[in-house]
Amino acid sequence: MTEFTPLLSMTGGALIGFAAVLLMAFHGRIAGISGMLQGLLPPFAKDWGWRAAFLGGAIAAPVLIAALTGWRPEFVAPTPNLWLVIGGLIVGVGVQFASGCTSGHGVCGMSRLSIRSILATLTFMFSTGVTVYVVRHILGGF
Amino acid sequence: MQILIAAVIGLIFGAGITLGGMINPAKVLNFFDIAGTWDPSLAFVMGSALIVTATGYRLVWKRPAPVFEAKFQVPTRKDIDPALLGGAALFGVGWGIAGFCPGGAIPALGLFEPQAFLFVGSMLAGLYLAKTLRKS
Repeated sequence: MTEFTPLLSMTGGALIGFAAVLLMAFHGRIAGISGMLQGLLPPFAKDWGWRAAFLGGAIAAPVLIAALTGWRPEFVAPTPNLWLVIGGLIVGVGVQFASGCTSGHGVCGMSRLSIRSILATLTFMFSTGVTVYVVRHILGGF
Repeated sequence: MQILIAAVIGLIFGAGITLGGMINPAKVLNFFDIAGTWDPSLAFVMGSALIVTATGYRLVWKRPAPVFEAKFQVPTRKDIDPALLGGAALFGVGWGIAGFCPGGAIPALGLFEPQAFLFVGSMLAGLYLAKTLRKS
Protein backbone atom coordinates (compact mmCIF):
# COMPACT_ATOMS: atom_id res chain seq x y z
CA MET A 1 0.00 0.00 0.00
CA THR A 2 1.10 3.57 -0.67
CA GLU A 3 -0.66 6.61 0.75
CA PHE A 4 -2.95 8.63 -1.57
CA THR A 5 -1.26 12.05 -1.84
CA PRO A 6 -3.41 14.28 -4.10
CA LEU A 7 -2.03 17.66 -2.93
CA LEU A 8 1.63 16.66 -2.94
CA SER A 9 1.19 14.95 -6.32
CA MET A 10 -0.57 17.98 -7.80
CA THR A 11 2.27 20.19 -6.55
CA GLY A 12 4.83 17.80 -8.04
CA GLY A 13 3.00 17.74 -11.37
CA ALA A 14 2.86 21.55 -11.45
CA LEU A 15 6.65 21.70 -10.89
CA ILE A 16 7.22 19.17 -13.70
CA GLY A 17 5.05 21.30 -15.99
CA PHE A 18 6.81 24.50 -14.88
CA ALA A 19 10.19 22.91 -15.72
CA ALA A 20 8.91 21.85 -19.17
CA VAL A 21 7.70 25.42 -19.86
CA LEU A 22 10.99 26.97 -18.67
CA LEU A 23 13.07 24.62 -20.85
CA MET A 24 10.96 25.65 -23.86
CA ALA A 25 11.26 29.35 -22.95
CA PHE A 26 15.05 29.32 -22.43
CA HIS A 27 16.40 26.48 -24.60
CA GLY A 28 13.49 25.97 -27.00
CA ARG A 29 13.48 22.23 -26.29
CA ILE A 30 11.04 19.51 -25.25
CA ALA A 31 11.70 18.23 -21.71
CA GLY A 32 12.03 14.56 -22.66
CA ILE A 33 14.26 12.56 -20.35
CA SER A 34 14.89 9.63 -22.72
CA GLY A 35 15.88 12.04 -25.50
CA MET A 36 18.31 13.86 -23.20
CA LEU A 37 19.85 10.54 -22.09
CA GLN A 38 20.22 9.38 -25.68
CA GLY A 39 22.21 12.50 -26.55
CA LEU A 40 24.68 11.57 -23.80
CA LEU A 41 25.38 8.14 -25.33
CA PRO A 42 27.79 7.72 -28.26
CA PRO A 43 27.69 9.20 -30.84
CA PHE A 44 27.29 12.17 -28.50
CA ALA A 45 24.94 15.03 -29.35
CA LYS A 46 26.77 18.28 -30.07
CA ASP A 47 24.61 20.10 -27.53
CA TRP A 48 25.29 17.65 -24.69
CA GLY A 49 25.96 20.42 -22.17
CA TRP A 50 22.41 21.48 -21.32
CA ARG A 51 21.26 17.85 -21.33
CA ALA A 52 23.89 16.83 -18.78
CA ALA A 53 23.15 19.93 -16.69
CA PHE A 54 19.38 19.26 -16.68
CA LEU A 55 19.85 15.62 -15.67
CA GLY A 56 22.44 16.60 -13.03
CA GLY A 57 19.95 19.09 -11.58
CA ALA A 58 17.24 16.40 -11.55
CA ILE A 59 19.53 14.00 -9.64
CA ALA A 60 20.46 16.78 -7.20
CA ALA A 61 16.80 17.53 -6.40
CA PRO A 62 16.15 14.87 -3.73
CA VAL A 63 19.61 15.56 -2.23
CA LEU A 64 18.86 19.27 -1.94
CA ILE A 65 15.34 18.70 -0.59
CA ALA A 66 16.73 16.38 2.09
CA ALA A 67 19.52 18.84 2.97
CA LEU A 68 17.17 21.83 3.26
CA THR A 69 14.13 20.23 4.89
CA GLY A 70 15.26 16.84 6.16
CA TRP A 71 12.39 15.27 4.18
CA ARG A 72 13.10 12.13 2.20
CA PRO A 73 10.43 10.68 -0.09
CA GLU A 74 9.13 7.18 0.42
CA PHE A 75 11.05 4.76 -1.81
CA VAL A 76 10.20 1.08 -2.22
CA ALA A 77 11.27 -0.90 -5.29
CA PRO A 78 9.40 -4.21 -5.00
CA THR A 79 10.90 -5.73 -8.17
CA PRO A 80 13.79 -8.20 -7.64
CA ASN A 81 17.18 -7.18 -9.06
CA LEU A 82 17.22 -9.56 -12.03
CA TRP A 83 13.82 -8.26 -13.14
CA LEU A 84 14.92 -4.66 -12.59
CA VAL A 85 17.73 -5.30 -15.08
CA ILE A 86 15.33 -6.93 -17.56
CA GLY A 87 12.82 -4.11 -17.08
CA GLY A 88 15.55 -1.51 -17.57
CA LEU A 89 16.71 -3.07 -20.82
CA ILE A 90 13.12 -3.24 -22.11
CA VAL A 91 12.45 0.39 -21.13
CA GLY A 92 15.68 1.52 -22.83
CA VAL A 93 14.90 -0.26 -26.10
CA GLY A 94 11.21 0.73 -25.97
CA VAL A 95 11.71 4.47 -25.45
CA GLN A 96 14.39 4.57 -28.15
CA PHE A 97 12.01 3.07 -30.72
CA ALA A 98 9.11 5.20 -29.46
CA SER A 99 11.28 8.39 -29.52
CA GLY A 100 10.06 9.37 -26.07
CA CYS A 101 8.71 8.38 -22.68
CA THR A 102 6.36 9.71 -19.98
CA SER A 103 7.95 13.18 -20.00
CA GLY A 104 8.53 13.73 -23.73
CA HIS A 105 5.35 12.09 -25.05
CA GLY A 106 3.16 12.06 -21.93
CA VAL A 107 3.65 15.61 -20.66
CA CYS A 108 5.22 17.69 -23.45
CA GLY A 109 3.75 15.92 -26.49
CA MET A 110 0.21 15.65 -25.15
CA SER A 111 0.36 19.34 -24.17
CA ARG A 112 1.15 20.14 -27.82
CA LEU A 113 -1.76 17.88 -28.89
CA SER A 114 0.71 15.85 -30.97
CA ILE A 115 -1.12 12.87 -32.44
CA ARG A 116 2.03 10.70 -32.22
CA SER A 117 2.48 11.54 -28.55
CA ILE A 118 -1.18 10.96 -27.68
CA LEU A 119 -1.15 7.52 -29.34
CA ALA A 120 2.22 6.64 -27.79
CA THR A 121 1.01 7.65 -24.32
CA LEU A 122 -2.26 5.70 -24.62
CA THR A 123 -0.24 2.69 -25.80
CA PHE A 124 2.32 2.68 -23.01
CA MET A 125 -0.21 3.46 -20.27
CA PHE A 126 -2.30 0.51 -21.48
CA SER A 127 0.63 -1.86 -21.77
CA THR A 128 1.97 -0.85 -18.34
CA GLY A 129 -1.46 -1.54 -16.85
CA VAL A 130 -1.66 -4.94 -18.53
CA THR A 131 1.86 -5.82 -17.37
CA VAL A 132 1.14 -4.87 -13.75
CA TYR A 133 -2.08 -6.90 -13.87
CA VAL A 134 -0.28 -9.95 -15.28
CA VAL A 135 2.61 -9.70 -12.80
CA ARG A 136 0.46 -9.13 -9.71
CA HIS A 137 -2.81 -10.93 -10.38
CA ILE A 138 -1.95 -13.74 -12.79
CA LEU A 139 1.63 -14.61 -11.85
CA GLY A 140 1.07 -13.77 -8.17
CA GLY A 141 3.49 -10.83 -7.90
CA PHE A 142 7.20 -10.59 -7.16
CA MET B 1 24.84 30.73 -18.04
CA GLN B 2 22.91 28.38 -20.35
CA ILE B 3 24.29 25.41 -18.43
CA LEU B 4 23.39 26.94 -15.08
CA ILE B 5 19.81 27.68 -16.17
CA ALA B 6 19.44 24.12 -17.54
CA ALA B 7 20.64 22.75 -14.19
CA VAL B 8 18.12 24.87 -12.27
CA ILE B 9 15.30 23.76 -14.61
CA GLY B 10 16.41 20.13 -14.10
CA LEU B 11 16.34 20.73 -10.36
CA ILE B 12 12.72 21.95 -10.60
CA PHE B 13 11.82 18.90 -12.70
CA GLY B 14 13.50 16.57 -10.19
CA ALA B 15 11.74 18.28 -7.29
CA GLY B 16 8.42 17.70 -9.07
CA ILE B 17 9.21 14.00 -9.58
CA THR B 18 10.30 13.70 -5.93
CA LEU B 19 7.28 15.49 -4.39
CA GLY B 20 4.80 13.97 -6.82
CA GLY B 21 5.79 10.40 -5.93
CA MET B 22 7.03 9.33 -9.37
CA ILE B 23 10.40 8.67 -7.73
CA ASN B 24 8.86 5.75 -5.81
CA PRO B 25 8.38 2.57 -7.92
CA ALA B 26 5.88 1.12 -5.43
CA LYS B 27 3.64 4.20 -5.86
CA VAL B 28 3.91 4.06 -9.66
CA LEU B 29 3.04 0.35 -9.72
CA ASN B 30 0.09 0.94 -7.37
CA PHE B 31 -1.25 3.61 -9.73
CA PHE B 32 -1.51 0.95 -12.43
CA ASP B 33 -2.88 -1.69 -10.05
CA ILE B 34 -6.54 -0.71 -10.29
CA ALA B 35 -7.58 -4.28 -9.50
CA GLY B 36 -5.43 -4.32 -6.35
CA THR B 37 -3.76 -1.71 -4.12
CA TRP B 38 -4.79 1.24 -6.31
CA ASP B 39 -3.23 4.64 -5.53
CA PRO B 40 -4.66 7.29 -7.91
CA SER B 41 -2.04 9.93 -6.93
CA LEU B 42 -0.16 9.85 -10.22
CA ALA B 43 -3.26 10.96 -12.12
CA PHE B 44 -2.89 14.20 -10.16
CA VAL B 45 0.78 14.48 -11.18
CA MET B 46 -0.08 13.98 -14.84
CA GLY B 47 -3.17 16.21 -14.68
CA SER B 48 -1.49 19.25 -13.19
CA ALA B 49 1.66 18.78 -15.31
CA LEU B 50 -0.52 18.81 -18.43
CA ILE B 51 -2.49 21.90 -17.40
CA VAL B 52 0.67 23.88 -16.58
CA THR B 53 2.57 22.74 -19.68
CA ALA B 54 -0.29 23.23 -22.15
CA THR B 55 -0.97 26.74 -20.80
CA GLY B 56 2.70 27.69 -20.45
CA TYR B 57 3.72 26.48 -23.92
CA ARG B 58 1.06 28.66 -25.51
CA LEU B 59 2.32 31.72 -23.64
CA VAL B 60 5.97 30.94 -24.48
CA TRP B 61 5.24 30.41 -28.18
CA LYS B 62 3.91 33.97 -28.43
CA ARG B 63 7.54 35.02 -28.26
CA PRO B 64 9.51 34.84 -31.53
CA ALA B 65 12.29 32.62 -30.13
CA PRO B 66 13.60 31.04 -26.93
CA VAL B 67 16.09 33.04 -24.85
CA PHE B 68 19.22 31.07 -25.78
CA GLU B 69 18.43 29.73 -29.26
CA ALA B 70 17.39 31.04 -32.67
CA LYS B 71 14.18 29.01 -32.74
CA PHE B 72 11.95 26.57 -30.89
CA GLN B 73 12.76 22.94 -31.69
CA VAL B 74 9.47 21.10 -31.61
CA PRO B 75 8.96 17.67 -33.24
CA THR B 76 6.95 17.95 -36.46
CA ARG B 77 6.34 14.31 -37.40
CA LYS B 78 2.72 13.25 -37.76
CA ASP B 79 3.09 9.71 -39.18
CA ILE B 80 2.12 6.76 -37.00
CA ASP B 81 4.73 4.05 -37.61
CA PRO B 82 5.24 0.59 -36.06
CA ALA B 83 8.37 1.84 -34.22
CA LEU B 84 6.30 4.42 -32.32
CA LEU B 85 3.55 2.06 -31.21
CA GLY B 86 5.74 -1.04 -30.80
CA GLY B 87 8.32 0.95 -28.85
CA ALA B 88 5.63 2.47 -26.63
CA ALA B 89 4.08 -0.96 -25.97
CA LEU B 90 7.53 -2.34 -25.09
CA PHE B 91 8.29 0.62 -22.82
CA GLY B 92 5.07 -0.11 -20.93
CA VAL B 93 6.08 -3.72 -20.33
CA GLY B 94 9.38 -2.59 -18.80
CA TRP B 95 7.68 0.17 -16.78
CA GLY B 96 5.16 -2.33 -15.46
CA ILE B 97 7.91 -4.77 -14.45
CA ALA B 98 10.25 -2.26 -12.80
CA GLY B 99 8.02 0.65 -11.73
CA PHE B 100 10.64 3.10 -13.02
CA CYS B 101 10.22 5.29 -16.09
CA PRO B 102 13.23 7.33 -17.28
CA GLY B 103 12.01 10.56 -15.64
CA GLY B 104 11.34 8.78 -12.36
CA ALA B 105 14.58 6.80 -12.31
CA ILE B 106 17.02 9.69 -12.91
CA PRO B 107 16.05 11.70 -9.79
CA ALA B 108 15.95 8.40 -7.85
CA LEU B 109 19.74 8.22 -8.35
CA GLY B 110 19.90 11.13 -5.90
CA LEU B 111 18.41 8.88 -3.22
CA PHE B 112 21.50 6.66 -3.59
CA GLU B 113 19.37 3.54 -3.75
CA PRO B 114 21.27 0.68 -5.44
CA GLN B 115 18.11 -0.43 -7.26
CA ALA B 116 17.90 2.92 -9.05
CA PHE B 117 21.48 2.54 -10.29
CA LEU B 118 20.79 -1.02 -11.43
CA PHE B 119 17.73 0.12 -13.39
CA VAL B 120 19.36 3.21 -14.93
CA GLY B 121 22.45 1.21 -15.94
CA SER B 122 20.39 -1.39 -17.79
CA MET B 123 18.11 1.27 -19.29
CA LEU B 124 21.16 3.07 -20.73
CA ALA B 125 22.39 -0.27 -22.12
CA GLY B 126 18.99 -0.80 -23.78
CA LEU B 127 18.95 2.74 -25.18
CA TYR B 128 22.45 2.34 -26.57
CA LEU B 129 21.68 -1.09 -28.02
CA ALA B 130 18.57 0.14 -29.85
CA LYS B 131 20.27 3.34 -31.02
CA THR B 132 23.19 1.34 -32.46
CA LEU B 133 20.97 -1.35 -34.03
CA ARG B 134 18.74 1.19 -35.74
CA LYS B 135 21.71 3.10 -37.18
CA SER B 136 23.27 0.03 -38.82
